[in-house]
Amino acid sequence: MANDILVFGEVRGGGIKKITKELIGAARRISTVAGGAIDTALIGAGARAAAEGLTGYGLRTIVVAEDEALARYSTEGYAAVLSDIVKRGAYSYIFLGATAMGRDLGPRVTARADGVMFSDCVDVRMEGNRCVARRPVYSGRAYVEIVRSGERPNFISIRPNNVAPAEPSGGSTPIEAHASNVMRDAIRAVVTEIFPLEGGRPDLTEADVIVTGGRAMKDKANFKILEDLADLLGAAVGASRAAVDAGFAPVAIQVGQTGKIVNPKLYIACGVSGAIQHLAGMRTSKVIVAINKDPNAPIFERATYGIVGDLFEVVPLLTEELKKVL
Amino acid sequence: MKILALLKRVPDTEAKILINQEGTGIKDEGIKYVINTYDEYAVEEGLRLKEKTGGTSTVTVVCAGPEEATELIRTALAMGADDAVHVCDKALERPDPFVIAAVLAKAIKAEGFDIIFCGKQAIDDDMGQIQSILAEMLDIPQVNVATAFELAADAKRATVRRRVEGGDEKVETSLPVIVSCEKGLNDPRYASLPGIMKAKKKEIRKKTLADLGFAQAPGDARSTILRWLPPQKSSGCTMVKAEETRDAVKELVRLLREEAKVV
Ligand SMILES: Cc1cc2nc3c(=O)[nH]c(=O)nc-3n(C[C@H](O)[C@H](O)[C@H](O)COP(=O)(O)OP(=O)(O)OC[C@H]3O[C@@H](n4cnc5c(N)ncnc54)[C@H](O)[C@@H]3O)c2cc1C
Ligand SMILES: Nc1ncnc2c1ncn2[C@@H]1O[C@H](COP(=O)(O)O)[C@@H](O)[C@H]1O
Repeated sequence: MANDILVFGEVRGGGIKKITKELIGAARRISTVAGGAIDTALIGAGARAAAEGLTGYGLRTIVVAEDEALARYSTEGYAAVLSDIVKRGAYSYIFLGATAMGRDLGPRVTARADGVMFSDCVDVRMEGNRCVARRPVYSGRAYVEIVRSGERPNFISIRPNNVAPAEPSGGSTPIEAHASNVMRDAIRAVVTEIFPLEGGRPDLTEADVIVTGGRAMKDKANFKILEDLADLLGAAVGASRAAVDAGFAPVAIQVGQTGKIVNPKLYIACGVSGAIQHLAGMRTSKVIVAINKDPNAPIFERATYGIVGDLFEVVPLLTEELKKVL
Repeated sequence: MKILALLKRVPDTEAKILINQEGTGIKDEGIKYVINTYDEYAVEEGLRLKEKTGGTSTVTVVCAGPEEATELIRTALAMGADDAVHVCDKALERPDPFVIAAVLAKAIKAEGFDIIFCGKQAIDDDMGQIQSILAEMLDIPQVNVATAFELAADAKRATVRRRVEGGDEKVETSLPVIVSCEKGLNDPRYASLPGIMKAKKKEIRKKTLADLGFAQAPGDARSTILRWLPPQKSSGCTMVKAEETRDAVKELVRLLREEAKVV
């Protein structure tokens, strides 16, 4: 077996999404032990321009497909192209982001390639001659380490912010255009409109820093103090389900089992008790700061640093003190 | 309209998950099982669509799972679903997504359908794969992570809003289609007392693999779990204290910059 790896990269606004370099980082971990080449596929508007940003990363080839019919994401259009590329390259492993796109596309292409897929992995490594993926189950209340049986193409989606991104290693990589024959008319489900999230803050699932408010925020207007802190840190704002249910925050920013799964470097929980379903969404954050007036709040059991106090006093002070040093 | 809603039986979100002695799975004792959270949205959306389209529309619940899943299927019937197909077979005990999908696909084809609602993921295995594998096997479009659904006037197309990074997408799709549901799509209703009474008389069609035409479980397990691991213990929380709140905050800022190096 050649052990070749395909990285399915993601393009946005003419650039490469951060997850792409993380996936290349993960692929290198495997290829340095198992051998085999790493290729990257980029699909959609701006793929070729974005590919230029990846040529120094030790890849064998960057395959780009940017026909008219692929300008916007569609499951069927992208699945057709990606399956073609996977089939042609006879890859052992296909890495995707555990992103909206990777989650939607991965299993569909896996089915078409008669492969096997491990979703939402937090780590991959070689053990003997097998690629072992580690993934959370039961919302992070347990983990499994899993390998494919046999030699089917193994699709592995990896959570953003988990694997260190690849550093450039010099050299250059040929960019190869993939001529797809996807017909726009053959696509049965098409995106007709996109509604961007207001606020212009980073997306929760990609953010390095998140400031979250819970039921204790008491009112929608009070989220302003979290937004001020978030703007200073370039952070995203999150909310607990209790805060969402009470109408303080939109459901799109809910963190937890029934909300977003996030994995930032720094998570600041303000007036959040730390219910198991909330922890399910943020427990893998590198550093967790908890601000809560109840010293017995369960959030302190998961937190790295805790301050017992009134968030309406602590948060503005935190913003003020950070302003002095940043 | 023939509406299907997929339902999986999963441990309650509060359940304490402990790995068994042999390290081959989780301890089953004391676990309460419920309808997968996202599948509740699927059942509800099916019921709403039925109410909107009226006439001959029906909602059929489809579940592959152990004997005990019957209780949860009844709950969905009590919410208002019309009938159910329950694939129940010992051979499905160690489920591989492809085996489950192949079995569900067969059952679904035998039923016929215009639209399938399911959850965006099962909160036990957290795979989020079944719906897209099914879509491929049934050769129909898929719309994942739906937060709004509307059937077109001609009942041949639908508009679905789905959540992606940085916003929402509006997707126009032809029918038949499979739509996986996200929180926010609707508020699932509770089963009413009359609903519970009526559910007792509704039909649950039990099927074994043989009934569906399989001589044995379709296909092998495509993966092997090498080991089960508990979540990493947190290394303990440093409580930052001072007489004055400002001093505690100053110390926190110092720790974040010098110790944790995250700001
Ligand atoms: C199936 C299911 C799915 C769920 N999914 C999610 C999910 O995705 N995300 C989620 O978050 N929850 C989820 N929940 C709900 C979860 O169980 C909790 O109810 C919720 O997380 C509580 O939110 P909270 O911490 O904001 O509120 P509370 O539990 O009410 O906590 C408020 C906290 O604020 C503190 N506080 C009060 N005033 C102040 C102040 N002035 N300053 C500082 N601290 C203060 C209190 O001491 C308390 O600890 C789910 C539940 C179920 C059953
Ligand atoms: N055994 C099953 N029976 C019926 N539906 C299922 C089953 N397993 C999964 N599903 C459906 O597929 C969705 C995704 O499941 P999963 O891929 O396991 O995360 C679930 O939310 C269910 O709606």
